[in-house]
Amino acid sequence: MSVYLLRRLLQSVLVMLAMSVIVFVGVFAIGDPVEILISPDADQMERERAIKALGLDLPLWQQYLSFLGNALRGDLGRSFVFNEPALQLILQRMPATLELALGATFLALIIGLPLGLYAGLKPKSPVSSAIMAGSILGFSLPTFWVGLMLIMVFAVQLGWLPSTGRGPTVEVLGLHWSFLTWDGLRHLAMPALNLALFKISLVIRLTRAGVRETMLMDYVKFARAKGLSPARVTYVHVFKNIMIPVVTVVGLELGSTIAFSVVTESVFAWPGMGKLIIDSINVLDRPVIVAYLMMIVLMFITINLLVDLAYSALDPRVRLENK
Amino acid sequence: MSTTTANTTPAAAEPVATPKVEGPWRRFISEFAESKLALLGLIVFVIIALVAIFAPWIAPQNPYDLAQLDIMDGRMEPGTVGGAGFTYWLGTDDQGRDMLSGIMYGLRISLLVGVGSAVIACAVGASLGMLAAYAGGRTDTVIMRLVDLQLSFPSILAALMILAFLGKGVMNVVLALVIVEWAYYARTVRGTALVERRREYIEAAQCLALPTRRIIFRHLLPNCMPPLIVVATMQIARAIALEATLSFLGLGVPITEPSLGLLISNGYEYMLSGKYWISFYPGIALLVTIVSINLMGDQLRDVLNPRLKK
Repeated sequence: MSVYLLRRLLQSVLVMLAMSVIVFVGVFAIGDPVEILISPDADQMERERAIKALGLDLPLWQQYLSFLGNALRGDLGRSFVFNEPALQLILQRMPATLELALGATFLALIIGLPLGLYAGLKPKSPVSSAIMAGSILGFSLPTFWVGLMLIMVFAVQLGWLPSTGRGPTVEVLGLHWSFLTWDGLRHLAMPALNLALFKISLVIRLTRAGVRETMLMDYVKFARAKGLSPARVTYVHVFKNIMIPVVTVVGLELGSTIAFSVVTESVFAWPGMGKLIIDSINVLDRPVIVAYLMMIVLMFITINLLVDLAYSALDPRVRLENK
Repeated sequence: MSTTTANTTPAAAEPVATPKVEGPWRRFISEFAESKLALLGLIVFVIIALVAIFAPWIAPQNPYDLAQLDIMDGRMEPGTVGGAGFTYWLGTDDQGRDMLSGIMYGLRISLLVGVGSAVIACAVGASLGMLAAYAGGRTDTVIMRLVDLQLSFPSILAALMILAFLGKGVMNVVLALVIVEWAYYARTVRGTALVERRREYIEAAQCLALPTRRIIFRHLLPNCMPPLIVVATMQIARAIALEATLSFLGLGVPITEPSLGLLISNGYEYMLSGKYWISFYPGIALLVTIVSINLMGDQLRDVLNPRLKK
């Protein structure tokens, strides 16, 4: 197990390094920040001073090395626009995004699992067909358009829910959360549902497919033949086995939920990291783009690692293979 | 079809056996048609594709010919008769553009980008996946590490970044989608090919000393097709949705070649004042397109999945 862990950690570090090169070189290819940051009226002297101050006169590899050295110390550069440390800017907005993503994941599980289980156990029933048709719809609906429609119905037509923003927040452990107030929850409801839509469908389909395949397995037949109650077969023999893919995918999806919150945040003007990155791309705020991407990559690598570990804890076969 | 008739003619001598003798295509088609929803999806998709292809001939207006637009017709409600004398069934946008025509032309861009990127990504991904499976060893490791790296990064972010480097443009969007999607095909094909290459028919082909390229493309590839078809169908829908999302965020197609996503984005600011149709109808068109593809893909997966054939 520890060898496996060590190997996985080493792999993660290598991927992180590779991504840092790709991100750095890629972002370097975006336009010339000098053009944006220095007023066109500035004379040559001023321009050169600014270029030096931002470190843009050094060769690319040197810029990369200093970037890497600084990144290891937690310094990902200062935003050209806000003149604040980029990492700090992102961390400030992270709780909002995390809150949205966790809210969406929670909704996906409490709605998706029961529906998927039902559809898998009774594949021929009309309710199951309706659930499956609904899940295709959930896959197919473009997130941003659903967001617009939600705003149109619940904010503009009915006026039940606020259309944009995060509402009042409560400070817990130094971070601001909006799900702890009623108004904050009202602000969270639409964005979280919007972001969850795709995942609800995913959980439904995974659960259903898992149930249908597991039901054909010999151990389920055996459990039935043994005369166990249908409830016990369903919740112990079937449910436990389908949890493996569901946990993996939902865990992995947490990262992509955070990434896809870019769209939801743009639609609902939710003040999270996603909105920051879109704004930063538009003004070519390089340090923020790089810092955001590195954060996301780090997050993904960590999530992958944790899911792998959870996997080997849940599934003895994986554990044995790696011994 | 010719193979099926060839099969049935000799069998006609003993009529009892006729229904059992089916070509693989015939069986595939009848199994696909078992789901009425999938059949509906196919029909709708064909109609959408025809509308997109023939848009310049059937659209009431060329929405990009400025001479045909009348700014006085701007933001008209669906069903209003405009200055030019024809009815705007789906209303007009802020420029006085007929939404129905806009959607027809938008479908062209959306389908072009979606299908184009899927076909290219499939070719690239399938070739690399097959190479990885067939060559094994270091080649396999390198390719699959790349796939892992690609898949560890959410598609929307990767596409976002690539477009931020490249700038707007239809070709840039296609390129970004190809870079984002090839890994799915590569992983699918490699998985299947790893199983298939240990089969006897590949060994036989190797014993015949056939060139590697021929073994890969004539023997291995056809047997890896079923999962590839399923993935490709789903990926076309994904590509169309992703393109629309990117265009909505202002990073996709340029304003001169608006796809459905850009049409929706244009209507965003008018939504809060209750002018829903500018965003609503392009969204419906997008939705129907994606749903029809997914309905087909769903049935294809059930038909082509041998595990469910028990």
